[in-house]
Amino acid sequence: MDLSIFSYQFMQNAILSAFLGGIACSVIGVFVVLMHMPFIGVCMSHAAFAGALLGIWLGFNPLIGAFVVCLLVAAIIGPLADRGELSPETSLGVIFSLMLGIAFLFMGLMPGTKSGALELLWGSILANTRSDIILLAVVAVVVVGLILIFFKEIQATIFNRNMALSVGLPATLILYGILFLTGATVTTSLRSIGGLLIFSLILNPAAAAYQLTYSMKRMFLLSAVFGVLSGWIGLLFSCLFDIPSGATIVVTSSIIFMVAAIFSPKRKVKAWQVKPVMEGQ
Amino acid sequence: MDNERLNTTVIDIKDAVVSYREDIALRGVSLKVESGEFVGVIGPNGAGKTTLLTVVNGLGKLLRGQVRVLGNRLNSGNGHSLRKKVGYVPQVENIDPRMPMNVREVAMIGRYGVLGLFRKPGKYDWKVVDEMLDLVGMTHLARRPIGHLSGGEQQRVAIARCLAQEPEIFLLDEPTASLDWKAQTEILGLVKQIHDSRNLTTLFVTHDLGALPVACDRVVLMKEGLITAEGPPGTLLTNENLGQLYDMPVSVVEKKRGEASLV
Repeated sequence: MDLSIFSYQFMQNAILSAFLGGIACSVIGVFVVLMHMPFIGVCMSHAAFAGALLGIWLGFNPLIGAFVVCLLVAAIIGPLADRGELSPETSLGVIFSLMLGIAFLFMGLMPGTKSGALELLWGSILANTRSDIILLAVVAVVVVGLILIFFKEIQATIFNRNMALSVGLPATLILYGILFLTGATVTTSLRSIGGLLIFSLILNPAAAAYQLTYSMKRMFLLSAVFGVLSGWIGLLFSCLFDIPSGATIVVTSSIIFMVAAIFSPKRKVKAWQVKPVMEGQ
Repeated sequence: MDNERLNTTVIDIKDAVVSYREDIALRGVSLKVESGEFVGVIGPNGAGKTTLLTVVNGLGKLLRGQVRVLGNRLNSGNGHSLRKKVGYVPQVENIDPRMPMNVREVAMIGRYGVLGLFRKPGKYDWKVVDEMLDLVGMTHLARRPIGHLSGGEQQRVAIARCLAQEPEIFLLDEPTASLDWKAQTEILGLVKQIHDSRNLTTLFVTHDLGALPVACDRVVLMKEGLITAEGPPGTLLTNENLGQLYDMPVSVVEKKRGEASLV
């Protein structure tokens, strides 16, 4: 195997991007999985995509467009999730399809070549520049830092928002903080992973970690490890077989999830747990 | 013990009106609870019992009226700090069986508010949590994932969590609903014992009529967002009053209560 490709600057940038993006996305995924709100990730990633296209169309930085639309969606999702008692799936479905529609609307309105737009859809980690990496690093450090600083508040909010509120924690603020971080992470990872694929890098590593541990700290750690592994292994296959990196990263993360699900100790637990309950009823 | 606090009003609700969307949950409810009292709240589903509790811990939004808790008037600014002194055990909720937290960690949530931001639980906090788990008889399950416990065990953990907060007011929302008869009796006994030994003020929402006379100093009857009657359980819990409360003929109430006492 010819590994000389790893000595190129663009490849080193890609490896670093996969590391940082893998950590940020997969750690955000722990919230998405444990708070049972997978749709929020889907909405956010499509919002970022639509916002970025708006930026390209109107001629300003697509990342700013992505971030602004993400925050708008967070402002809509927040109250829905906060109310809690109502299942927000229907409203999220409406927002999700609206975002996708808007994205393609902008794409249609865009004059000339659409390669820039398509790049955002599929992602191109190999084209990442120094400034992209700095941005990814800032987001990864902020996300991990905030989780470390506010771990106990976050843990309580994840477990049960009403309970966290009732012991005197600002759970609503934390919920909005989580949505904000999700938006920031999706925005900065958009160019590397792509709007269509980013959600699986959020969900899969966390879902895999969820299969394997009963400790929340370990779940964050495992998820980050899986996220980085997905990025690196995906990148390797992308280079070896000359296929789009976004796709290989997502497929790798899905395989990691499947392996984790097969070997999950929790499946066995569930099997013997369900039985006595059924008998009791 | 603390003579100054005896016979002081710790919960003072005046003309509280609360509404969720189109429904009015409380239609002008006033209630005073003295320090050390054990007050039971009963009434049919949708009577506003849970809302009454959320008004006390500041999570229910008042449309009208005012609430004073531990001498402070509740407003949008002081809810967080007052809630640290008010322990709340919600109705039995489904916990994700794969939730990556163990029993001890869940009980520790009770101390998080008191600890405040930027502070990690220390030795003292874990000691309090372990004591409370011991009190509710859950020490042997302390390291188990919380989702693996039965409903009654999870309810005991919820009580331990609430006590770990070292609250002055103890709010319980049907802590025994959906539990089997044995677990019901045990948890009620536990609540009563804790109330007495820790000199708490307790507001207890329940459907368990048989339990009320044993535990409560006073019973409050609620229906359609109003308090319809209150008084000592012995004189208040007549078949006539219960028939009215639950819209059942007195003869049926009599029969049902007779059956219940046979259990």
